[in-house]
Amino acid sequence: MKSWHEFITMGGYAAYVWSSYGIALVIMLANAILPGRQQRRILKELRSRMHRREQSE
Amino acid sequence: MFVWFHRLASPPFFYRFAEKLAPWLAWLSLLVILAGLYGGLWLSPPDYQQGDGFRIIYVHVPSAWISMLAYMVMASAAAIGLIWRMKLAHAVSAAAAPLGASFTFLALVTGSLWGKPMWGTYWVWDARLTSELILLFLYLGYIALNHAFEDRRTGDRASAILAIVGAVNVPIIHFSVNWWNTLHQGPTVFFGPKAEMPPNMYIPLFIMMFGFMLFFAAFMLKRLQVEVLQRERNTAWVRELVGQS
Repeated sequence: MKSWHEFITMGGYAAYVWSSYGIALVIMLANAILPGRQQRRILKELRSRMHRREQSE
Repeated sequence: MFVWFHRLASPPFFYRFAEKLAPWLAWLSLLVILAGLYGGLWLSPPDYQQGDGFRIIYVHVPSAWISMLAYMVMASAAAIGLIWRMKLAHAVSAAAAPLGASFTFLALVTGSLWGKPMWGTYWVWDARLTSELILLFLYLGYIALNHAFEDRRTGDRASAILAIVGAVNVPIIHFSVNWWNTLHQGPTVFFGPKAEMPPNMYIPLFIMMFGFMLFFAAFMLKRLQVEVLQRERNTAWVRELVGQS
């Protein structure tokens, strides 16, 4: 690449190149964020279940 | 070494190990992918036939590679789970499936976005594209079957059989461009006198493939932690873990 303009226009293929990378970003971000959130949710659920059990005893 | 592997197969040990290792792998994969992107999108020269359109390769090939790698992980773990009834093995399969499905989808979409300007069509029913689409259906079938039963163990066994039978598709995908006359291009020669790519084109590709592998490893560990928590929620070590945090 010689210039920012060339980089952004991708020699006329901008629509195809940048949508490919855009979709890749979305899918990889989702894969990076979701498992950690699910892990925290399960831990929270188990913690509140444990508290309830302790109170009823 | 063997003792260490044996300990890794114990859920509480694995869980703590993954908790430490996964963030390192994730950040490392980010660095490697950024380096690969810089090489692929900025430093490498345009292709003499495809111009800058060829740059889709840096996301398409690593995705397709992970789509097959994840399937091999899923099917081998399924076989280990069925034969040796190892606790963690079915969890490995279940963790690999959504990641594999994601990268298969990504390989199909980026391939389609590449096909449109180069072949003039988003889709064609050639052997490579069709077998990759079947791979996506195998992943989705695995996920559906795994969750279709009240008892998780029944789902694990049923979906494991599907994963193992479906493994026949992986070599078909790989060799499809040699076995059949496909619109999809054949394997690229990287080295030697017949090399089709200069080093500043293929080095970023190898960096991206390595980065995607690190990404897969990092979030495979993370998903496996979730699987382990769900499956072991009533055990003493999980209660202990919840009590500490």
